[in-house]
Order: sequence, then structure tokens, then C-alpha cells
Amino acid sequence: MSHDTNQEEQLQEVDDPSRRDFLTKVSLTLSGLIGVVIAPPLLAALSQPLLDNPVPQWRDVGALEDFQISETVLINFENSDVIAWSGKTGRTGAWLRRLGEEEFEAFTLNCAHLGCPVRWEPKADLFLCPCHGGVYYKDGTVAGGPPPHALPKYPVKVTKGRVLVKAEPVPITTMKA
Amino acid sequence: MKRWFKKFYDFLDDRLGIMTVLEATALHKVPKSSGRWSYVFGSATLTCLVIQVVTGVALALLYQPSTETAYESLQWISNSAPLGAWLRGLHYFGASGMVVMMMCHMVRVYLMAAYKYPREMSWLTGVALLGLTVSMAFTGQLLRWDDVGVWSTYVAAEQMGRIPVVGKFVAYLLIGGETVGGHTLSRFFAYHVFVLPGLLFSLVGVHLYLVLRHGISEPPVVGETVDPETYREKYEKLIKKTGVPFFPDAAWRDIVFALLVVLVLSALAVMVGAPALGGPPDPTKIDVTPGPDWYLVWIFALYALMPPGIEDYVIVGGPLVGVIVLLAIPFLAPRGERHVLRRPWAAIGVVLSVGIVGALTVIGFKAPWSPNFNAEPLPVAVLGESFDHDQARGLDLFNTKGCLYCHDIGGHGGHRGPNLTEVNERLDRDELIVRIVNGGKFMPAYGGSLSKEEIEQLASFLLTKKAPVK
Repeated sequence: MSHDTNQEEQLQEVDDPSRRDFLTKVSLTLSGLIGVVIAPPLLAALSQPLLDNPVPQWRDVGALEDFQISETVLINFENSDVIAWSGKTGRTGAWLRRLGEEEFEAFTLNCAHLGCPVRWEPKADLFLCPCHGGVYYKDGTVAGGPPPHALPKYPVKVTKGRVLVKAEPVPITTMKA
Repeated sequence: MKRWFKKFYDFLDDRLGIMTVLEATALHKVPKSSGRWSYVFGSATLTCLVIQVVTGVALALLYQPSTETAYESLQWISNSAPLGAWLRGLHYFGASGMVVMMMCHMVRVYLMAAYKYPREMSWLTGVALLGLTVSMAFTGQLLRWDDVGVWSTYVAAEQMGRIPVVGKFVAYLLIGGETVGGHTLSRFFAYHVFVLPGLLFSLVGVHLYLVLRHGISEPPVVGETVDPETYREKYEKLIKKTGVPFFPDAAWRDIVFALLVVLVLSALAVMVGAPALGGPPDPTKIDVTPGPDWYLVWIFALYALMPPGIEDYVIVGGPLVGVIVLLAIPFLAPRGERHVLRRPWAAIGVVLSVGIVGALTVIGFKAPWSPNFNAEPLPVAVLGESFDHDQARGLDLFNTKGCLYCHDIGGHGGHRGPNLTEVNERLDRDELIVRIVNGGKFMPAYGGSLSKEEIEQLASFLLTKKAPVK
């Protein structure tokens, strides 16, 4: 007899809706907790490029006398966040124009439209983009086609007869405000 | 012996439930009328996915997913590895096949309005699968990691950059840093090989499960409408009356077509092969013309042709609106007529979409807006037998000042600007000079870079370009 009552009690306990409700909530909460516990390394790996903020470095691209006044030449320099396996992508190119004795302009290779590499045409005095026909004058201003603004520039300075370009992030054209 | 086999089978069936699974899947009943050749494209898409998985795994055995060595390993796969060129070709054409089959499948489903009640979620998961497939195609193209691959990552980043407020972050997140570098390829590899396929497989699972849950849609009949109140009952009756097991009554067509697809793709892989690799992945080299594989060329063309003023909105808003419209279709029209004869706008929509995308693709391959860097300089012969010094100087200027990149004379040159073969018939000297000095929407103003004398000489040359005397 006492055995039967025990079983009944057990059954009642199992069928107790408030208990089941509680266990559901506990199980879901704990499952969520499992997710929270394992998420940080994944999120960190995913957002690594945004967490890593390299300081732009000045890179030596040559001696002052290597560049002729009013000529535009292709230069390249090391990025600011090179890693061991960067290979060729550890370097970035730019178009360097010498304006005066110590005056330079360094234009990005990336077209302001969609980032294709612009080519300098010395005889025509123009930058031309192969992708969608963007054209820029020698000072980087838009001469024609779809680019929304002038060719972006990297900062340049001359120190002790050496020309230095600041290896800044590749420019991304954002929506016009 | 036979008895022994029977016993063994009975054991397996009892422990594994083979028949239960088969009855619910391969042998499930489909309306007899759905045994049609137009129903094969979905399974053909799946066939292509299987090809992609198999060839993808094989490529992963040979490929080096590292910024520094990926290009060399792909060259080795293409040129030296046993059957490597075949393998790469099959993976490339498998991707193309998957895109084509998926489009056919989508058009068939849309024209037959199979997205209506109760199959809305089949359409929705299908749209998501389309997005994933295009993402797979794009990330896969970058994994070639040649010069075009490197510059295409920039183009992708620039597009992300136009997203309001967070654009720049999304762009740098995509390329794995503030420039293309050591992290870029690893990320695209992880997306292409783990993340996107994971999502793709889960959604394919849901998509197929939904076919079993709601049954394959019966071909539409003019005048028969879908009414959520009665549809399921009608469909059940149809299955009771005309239901046949999917395998082999309907599936044989899928299998015949799948073999055809595999044969065609293999022939293309062996005889045409994957696109040749470009130059090494060197971001400091500029003699590159980045462009997507053929299925995205139409978008590439759109970027050249739309007015720059609306571009910010189209780059981000265009795909957004496109996706919203696609997702909304089954909810805008969940009931009513399914037959295309009673839905003429659906047919017009398909014809227009295919026409526009097709036309943009054709023009995208010609890319008349791109400067023709390969144009041969015009020979002196274009001046005819007698010419003066100014005209000869003008010809020289035309060749060297970049005019030729965009203007065609007698079949030489680019096509961004008007053809100047007979420009004398349209413009006089003063009009020519105004255009050269001021430029236009797509043309630089040469007033700043050419001397007055040079502009006169250029005009003198252009005035020799007349219609032939009859």
C-alpha cells in the first residue's frame, strides 16, 4: 500500500506543470549560457580586423633626387601591418608626383569609384581606370566618368633628402553624407 | 544463400529502419502530372552542388590557403598536378552550372507559381540559397588569388563601403584589415569552405524537407486557383487518385538530366578548362583589369552605366530592394491562379528580367566604357595621300594624348566617346575646339594640358575625317 502511494506521488511530481515549466526555462537558459561561454573566441576571431589598429608608419620610398619635378611615377612601400605570411600583399603601390623642390603628392592606386587600379598615362597627363572608365587629371581631380570624388592621397614628407610616404589604410569611398 | 541475404536485410531494416526512411523520402507519393521535364532543374542544381562538394574537397587536398603561396599552388594545380586542370575546370563549370540550373529552377517555380500557399517557406529558403550560391561563386573567384582576385577584393570592399554609417568597418572586416594582406585570403577561404557551405547545407536540408512536408507542387491548370482553405484537402485527394512513388516514376527524369549535366560540365572542364590565372597577387602592379566571372558581369556593367548621382543608393539599396521583393512574392500573392496564362505580368516580369540581365551581360563583356589600352596607334595612312604638317601633328596628338583610348577612328580605338571616323560631317572647327577644351561628362577637359596650337592641330586632324566621297 505504502509502495503504491509512493509511485503515485512520483507520477504527480513528474506531471507537475509548474515543475516542467521551470525545467524548460532552466534548460533554455543553460543552453544559452553554453553559447555565451563559447562565443567570445569566435567573436574575437571574426572581428579581429577591427580590433587590430596598426599605427600608420612612414615608409622610405627613395631619395629626393630619384624623382623628377612634374613627373608621376609608380612607387611601392610596405604596409603598416605586415605579417609573416603576407607575401606580395605586404606592399601597397601609389602614384608619386613631384610638384616642386620638396613638394610631393602620393595618389592611391585605388580608383575612388570601386577601387580598381588606376593607370597613369604620362603623355595624356591623365589617370585612367580600366574598370568603368573613370578619368582623373594629374592633380587627382575627376576629369570624367563615374568616380564620386578625387583620387585619395597618402601623406608625403621629405626628411633629410629622403621621401617618406605614410602607409595609411587603403581608402574606402563611403556614402556621401 | 537467398534466405541468408533476406535474414541479413531484415536485421538491417529492423535496426536501421531503412524502409521507413525510404518510404518517407524516395518513395513518397507525387502527383503523376508532376513527372515533367520542367521539374528537373531543382535536382540538377543539387547535382551541381554535389559536384562542387566533391571537386571542392579534392581541390582543398591540393590548395595552399595562404596569401603567400595560394597563387603558386593554383598554378601547380593547373599545370602539373595529375588531372589538376580537369579538376579546376570541373569546379569552375560546376559553379557556372549551379548558377544556371538554379536560375532555371527559380524561373520554373515562379512561372508555375509554386511559391503560393503552402510552399511560401520553400520559396524563401530558395531565395536564401540563391544568395548563398552567389556568395560562394564570388568568394571562390577570389581564391584564385591572382591579380584579378586581389583587386576584386578591393572592389568588393568598396561596395561594402557604401553601406550607410558602418560601411567602412564592414569593408575592412571583409578584407581582414585596413589593406589587402596576410589575413585576407584566410578569411575568404574560411567563408568559402566552412561558413557558407555550412549555411548552404542546412538550408538545402530545410528546402528538401519542405518538399516532403508539403509535397511537390502539381503543374498548374488554367482556371484552378489556390485557396488556403481547401488547397491541402485537394492536394491530398490528388495524391490519393494519381499519386506515384517519386522513385523511380518521377526521379528517372532527374537522373537522366543529372547525367546530361555531368557530361556537359565534364566536357567543358576538359575541353575549355577553367579561366587562365592572371598575374601574381601583387597589389603594387597596375596592369590589371579586374572583373567578375560571367554571372556577375551584368552588375559590373550596371556600375558603369548608371548615373553616378544615384550610385550610392543603388549599390546598397539595389540588392536590398531586390531581396525584399523576392522575399515578398509569396506573401503578396499566396492564393489565386497559378497558370502563367492567367498571370501575364509574371511572364512579362521574367522576360524583362532575363532580357535586362542578358543585355547588361553582353554589354559588360564588351565594356565600351573602359579605355581601350590595347588600341594600336593610328597609322599615318589614315590621313590619306596629301596632308599638311598640322594634320600630321594632330594625328600624333590623337595617338599620344589618350584620345584613342576612348574614340574610334576607322575601327581603331575605344568606345567610351563618340566614333570620330566621320566627325567632320557633324562638327566644325570651332565646335571641335570647344569640346576638346571643355571636355564632357566622360571626357577630360584638355584646355589645361594642351597648348592652343596643339588644340588647333588636333582639330585640323579631326577635320580630315569626312564621309567617303560617293
